[in-house]
Amino acid sequence: METPLTQHIVAGRQPLSLKEYERVGGYESVRKVLKQMTPAEVTDLVKASNLKGRGGAGFGTGMKWSFVPMDVPGPKYLVANADEMEPGTFKDRLLLEGNPHQLIEGMIVAAFAIQANISYVFLRWAYKLAASEIRKAIAEAYEAGYLGENILGSGYTLDMHLHTGVGRYMCGEETALLNALEGKRANPRAKPPFPQVSGLYGRPTIVNNVETLCCLPHIVNKGAEWFKSLSQSEDAGTKIYGISGKVKRPGVWELPMGVTVRELLEEYAGGMKDGLKFRGLLPGGASTDFLVEEHLDVKMDYASVAKVGSRMGTGTMIILDDKTCPVGFVLNLQHFFAQESCGFCTPCREGLPWVEKILRAMERGKGQPEHMKILEFHTQYLGPGNTFCALAPGAMEPLQSALKYFRADFERHITEKRCPWKQ
Amino acid sequence: MEAVAPNVTIYIDDKPFQVKTGKNLLEACLGLGEDLPYFCWHPAMGSVGACRQCAVKVFKDENDTVGRLMMSCMEPVREGMRISIQNIQAKEFRNHIIGWLMTNHPHDCAVCDEGGACHLQDMTVMTGHAYRKYTFEKRTYRNQYLGPFLNHEMNRCIQCYRCVRYYKDYAGGKDLDVFAAHNHLYFGRHEDGVLESEFSGNLAEVCPTGVFTDKTLKQHYTRKWDLTSAPSICQHCSLGCNTSAGERYGTLRSITTRYNGEVNGYFLCDRGRFGYEFVNSASRIRKPLVRSQLPEATSQHVALEEAAKMIRSGKVIGIGSPRASLESNFALKTLVGEEHFYQGFSEPEHDLVEFNLEVLQTTDAHILSLREVEHCDAVFILGEDLTNTAPMLDLAVRQSVRQQPIMEEVPKAGFPIWQDAAVRELVQDRKGPLFIASFQPTKLDEIATETFNSTPAEIARLGFIVASIIAGEEISVHDVTEQTVRMANQIANALLQAQKPAVISGTHGGRESIIKAAANIANVLKAKGKDAGIMLTAPECNSLGLDMLGGHRLESAFDAIDNGYTDTVIILENDLYRRASTAQVNRFFDKCKNVIVLDSLHNKTTERADILFAAGSFAESDGTLVNNEGRAQRFYQVYPTTEDIQESWRWLMQLGDQVHHQHMRGWETFDDLLPAMVVAHPNLRGVEGITPPAEFRIAGQKIPRASHRISGRTATNAVTNVSEPKPAEDPDSPLSFTMEGYKGQPPSSIIPFFWSPGWNSIQSTNKYQLEIGGPLKGGDPGTRLIKPQLQSRSTYFQEAPQHFLPLDGHLFMVPLYHTFGSEELSIHTKGIMERAPEPYVLLNSHDAQEMKLAEGETLTFKIEEQVYQLPVKTSSFVAQGAAGLPIGLPGLPFSALPAWGILNREISWKKQPQPIS
Amino acid sequence: MVTLTPEEIEEIQHEISLVPIKKAACIEALKVVQQHRGWVSDESMKAVADLMDMSPAELDSVATFYNLIFRQPVGRHVILVCDSISCWVMGYENLRQYLSDKLGIQYGQTTTDGRFTMLPNVCLGCCDHAPALMIDNDLYQDLQPEQLDEILNKYA
Ligand SMILES: Cc1cc2nc3c(=O)[nH]c(=O)nc-3n(C[C@H](O)[C@H](O)[C@H](O)COP(=O)(O)O)c2cc1C
Ligand code: SF4
Ligand code: FES
Repeated sequence: METPLTQHIVAGRQPLSLKEYERVGGYESVRKVLKQMTPAEVTDLVKASNLKGRGGAGFGTGMKWSFVPMDVPGPKYLVANADEMEPGTFKDRLLLEGNPHQLIEGMIVAAFAIQANISYVFLRWAYKLAASEIRKAIAEAYEAGYLGENILGSGYTLDMHLHTGVGRYMCGEETALLNALEGKRANPRAKPPFPQVSGLYGRPTIVNNVETLCCLPHIVNKGAEWFKSLSQSEDAGTKIYGISGKVKRPGVWELPMGVTVRELLEEYAGGMKDGLKFRGLLPGGASTDFLVEEHLDVKMDYASVAKVGSRMGTGTMIILDDKTCPVGFVLNLQHFFAQESCGFCTPCREGLPWVEKILRAMERGKGQPEHMKILEFHTQYLGPGNTFCALAPGAMEPLQSALKYFRADFERHITEKRCPWKQ
Repeated sequence: MEAVAPNVTIYIDDKPFQVKTGKNLLEACLGLGEDLPYFCWHPAMGSVGACRQCAVKVFKDENDTVGRLMMSCMEPVREGMRISIQNIQAKEFRNHIIGWLMTNHPHDCAVCDEGGACHLQDMTVMTGHAYRKYTFEKRTYRNQYLGPFLNHEMNRCIQCYRCVRYYKDYAGGKDLDVFAAHNHLYFGRHEDGVLESEFSGNLAEVCPTGVFTDKTLKQHYTRKWDLTSAPSICQHCSLGCNTSAGERYGTLRSITTRYNGEVNGYFLCDRGRFGYEFVNSASRIRKPLVRSQLPEATSQHVALEEAAKMIRSGKVIGIGSPRASLESNFALKTLVGEEHFYQGFSEPEHDLVEFNLEVLQTTDAHILSLREVEHCDAVFILGEDLTNTAPMLDLAVRQSVRQQPIMEEVPKAGFPIWQDAAVRELVQDRKGPLFIASFQPTKLDEIATETFNSTPAEIARLGFIVASIIAGEEISVHDVTEQTVRMANQIANALLQAQKPAVISGTHGGRESIIKAAANIANVLKAKGKDAGIMLTAPECNSLGLDMLGGHRLESAFDAIDNGYTDTVIILENDLYRRASTAQVNRFFDKCKNVIVLDSLHNKTTERADILFAAGSFAESDGTLVNNEGRAQRFYQVYPTTEDIQESWRWLMQLGDQVHHQHMRGWETFDDLLPAMVVAHPNLRGVEGITPPAEFRIAGQKIPRASHRISGRTATNAVTNVSEPKPAEDPDSPLSFTMEGYKGQPPSSIIPFFWSPGWNSIQSTNKYQLEIGGPLKGGDPGTRLIKPQLQSRSTYFQEAPQHFLPLDGHLFMVPLYHTFGSEELSIHTKGIMERAPEPYVLLNSHDAQEMKLAEGETLTFKIEEQVYQLPVKTSSFVAQGAAGLPIGLPGLPFSALPAWGILNREISWKKQPQPIS
Repeated sequence: MVTLTPEEIEEIQHEISLVPIKKAACIEALKVVQQHRGWVSDESMKAVADLMDMSPAELDSVATFYNLIFRQPVGRHVILVCDSISCWVMGYENLRQYLSDKLGIQYGQTTTDGRFTMLPNVCLGCCDHAPALMIDNDLYQDLQPEQLDEILNKYA
């Protein structure tokens, strides 16, 4: 089983230095694209590879790049989204701390494809180790001529900067991220215009997730067909999956796209901790719908997860066990979303705190029968398109599915006027 | 003219409608008269999609029965588009939006100033949201002190972001913003303090609920539905912004914006909005006075008789006023006879206004309206500090500077320009070309491409050079520095690159040569095939109108007394102490045998009156003003007065009657004046038709000044009289003083207040427009009296002034204006007074250093006979040898400026004892 | 009136040199000040605004949006307790309770000796090692309340 993204990452060991990385074939893809390919060929290759964005939405990466106007004068930008703040998500950290050169290499490929000359790594504040590793790696890459002017004598120039954030989940949303980079409040922007056309400083910009970018060197080196062949499903490549919660061996693993939930849970995570039963899981971070027992044989790829009413999201699962209150679980999530709402649009700003207050009331034995209706209209009306960005719709996914699968638990809170999980 | 946008067909709830392309769905729906609720969108500020109130269902095609909820303000109209406003989910969603907003709203309508004129109330009712389901605690905020004009009550906030978008993005303010995040947003200043912007008052109209409300109204609060309102024109500068003035119980309570698509649009400046309280001032003259019969005020009859006696026996002259209406000036002119009529401008203003008019009448360039300035793509300002001399023009220039890069870049990016946030992202801080040549730095400098600070002479010279460069001729100005030529070249190039360059100047620079230079530039740009425009400011609200009536200069009136040609003077709404030096005016009054004064406020001139008539203020009068672009506009009496206060023209007509004046025979009402005025002054033709005559009726009814919901009408006088008194008649206008009358929309020129069923707030303006943000139905009111030239008649002025040369022992005093403080009437308002500076003199820092004067120390100087002792302010931008002297501030005696001030070496430059504070 | 130190100004100027529009460096500027002073007081805010050609309102609008720009004084060490879902499932509340009892502070408070401030924080991205918390720049994972005493002792 090939694990291209994590093959050089060994727990407890320093990431490869530039020299070491080069020795195992690092930066080959840069040589290749700069010397042998046109930007359009790179984009076409990525399109052909069927790489889908690993940031959560799963949009085709090559397709996204192809919206960048290539004939306009003036700067273009590439941004690596390393803001990873989605609760339950810890996959980019692995790549950032484990092999920063791989990210830089992928960024050069992407930047070349869209002919951007300036690039940023937007890193969340808490990733201190990643910050120092990336800083070091960028310096090495400049030193070796992979960054800066006239890279490898190709005439292509790319600068790269590390930007560390100062909090707010919202910064992970690509347009809010651009506002944060511009020194503004991280409110999201209206789309259209998409960042591909008017992004950072009003210029064409591509924002890609760290994992997405890390796939690129391998696609360039080994080809689209190889990339597709890594997968066990329609969606190409490998995926970094993770599991947290009360399982025997929580962790992250790079596996072929399309492994089943069951394999992940039972084989890799070792199943539930002793004495606990599985009740459900969020397949890809806090803003995805619950999957339950009946879904354990679902393949973890974009289409398969969508078919059963959830989203693959970031592919990092959070497990709900039978000794944990589902209402409390959802309350924790809603507290997070309400607090991280930027406050720009009404339904999100006012709706999420209301939902949070209701769930808290339920947990405190103050739930009312009407509360179920109020929760329901929120799940109905905070959907995509109704709010300004995807934060609130994301927040509704665990809630609506919890109301579906764990409805009785909500109702017990109300009728028993207490949380049945609390003594 | 902009190209007419083609129409598309859209289907709203299965009915086809034709709408203009380029609009968003919300605008289109509102324009079709649909009641679609919204908050964050504003016609002048575009869409950001924050509130989510304007949701509609949009269907892919006829077969799509599910559709998607979309925010109508964010969707461009498209051919064949199918939408539903009535769709149950759309309605439910809109209803929930209110529900969400209400989770933290205090529901304090009963004690909220916005109540009854509240967009939030209207939208709540419109969505049908009535029952609150939210049972948890609400968040609360501490409010801020924001200065004398606005009240702050953050708990009512619905976070629509309109305030910051208006204050910061639209008006260029710096000290209001949004703080924190999620549902803890706070809209205010970073700390308590006076809001700095001269346009802060618009927040009261822009905010859809009661967060920002008019503090002056609060002092004498009245619900909108209890106001008696009339269409009015702002009296506080030459731009003639349209206002709606509201009264209750005999006092004026508030001024709100009366939309005029060509003039002020949706906004007013703070002087215009809050300067009204002079009307209620304790220094109002409320009864006629005959000095010989003091101390008691006297009856109208006695005063008229006494005055008639003086007129019959004396050699009479009349002095008019640039702040009085055309009608009052005309009545005076008729009464005293053309040869005895003096205009009452100060000396410098007389020439400048006359020259302004000449330029406007002969220029080949387009005379810009305020709104047109917003769409110019390069602006050159000569000699004006617009923020202080013509505030709303500052706001218009800000839009121009913003529009230019938008027009250039947004169409290329392929999204509509009403996508406000996206536009700002794309355009970033790019600004259109703006050049400012002024005596001292102005507030607009922050958005200017280049600025130039110097004396009026140097400003004019720069203008002349720019004109020569544009004309492609040799620079005829002598002794030019390379630096000046470089700047002139830059300005000329920018103007030549534009399609609609604008040249803005006016009378406040104090020099004809500046206006000449401006005219030259506009004319040569026009000759170069540009759609060039010119805008010239004038000193006061009717300066141009007065000039169009003709008459002698004030100086000649002084001579007439000196020479014995006259002994009796009638002064119309004019404080001569603001027009000529104290010594000169004193001399004049000392020699006058009889002084008859008509005015509304006591001042130094009324003190010299033998007979004083209580003139109606704008709120108690009908009249016409001609603004700086030559646009005649009508204002109406708001409420009936006691019989002792009357329009000046009415007093003058009655005097005419008393003396059996042959030309005034039969004059009884306002409508009698108008035809006579137009016959006597063909240049004013058009004035008679700007509003319908008094006998105008719709369905046999007058237009009510009061809303049909006015409360307690039969009880308002119950303390004194249980029977309802007969309502006052208005013989002069088609407006009634009560709620009786036609309930539909009146003609655009006589809209007393904006109201539409379900739309109680000022947002109802939309219902009166032909298209959203466009002209009012029936056309924007007012008539341009100066018609565009058919053939070129413009003169190319040759004589550029010489370099400014400092003079030993002297300082060249240049007038400085203040939004708050320089204008005669508004200063009688508490809040305006609070914002006005103390008198001072502004020196060049080096000069001050040389004179050993530190900031705050006193400089003594003399202009003609007038001695000044003023604390010094310094600036390194003021030209050496020149100084700035504020105009019109209370306590500062008049001098004709610019003028040389003679420094008094004996008493100046000594350190003054510091006051102990 | 607080003035920025030459060192702070130099670091801010460096950040400004990296961006195409001066204002874009404003968050970095706030970070610089916070780095040096622990938090951003109203006075520092004004000083930075001045340097950035921004109004205090404009800068504070940005500053107050982000939760890791401290607009109130904090202790010498800041404890960020991860309160997101995986840590919740794994019982982070015991950690918080322990810290509260031991230090006598709730979220948002600072110990009387100015040593610690405790704040909640969103997912620290180490959910497979929940519960976790950060003190200053140090991450602690797989925590049990018993380990906290020793950890806290490292911070003077
Ligand atoms: C509220 C919110 C938070 C997000 N946070 C992240 C994040 O932390 N990291 C990330 O890569 N994408 C995040 N996304 C998704 C990004 O908006 C964007 O789709 C992604 O960075 C695109 O990269 P990709 O095409 O490579 O997936 C977030 C989206 C939303 C709505
Ligand atoms: S204060 Fe008024 S204008 Fe500003 S966001 Fe709140 S409701 Fe909107
Ligand atoms: S008016 Fe459309 S979203 Fe606010």
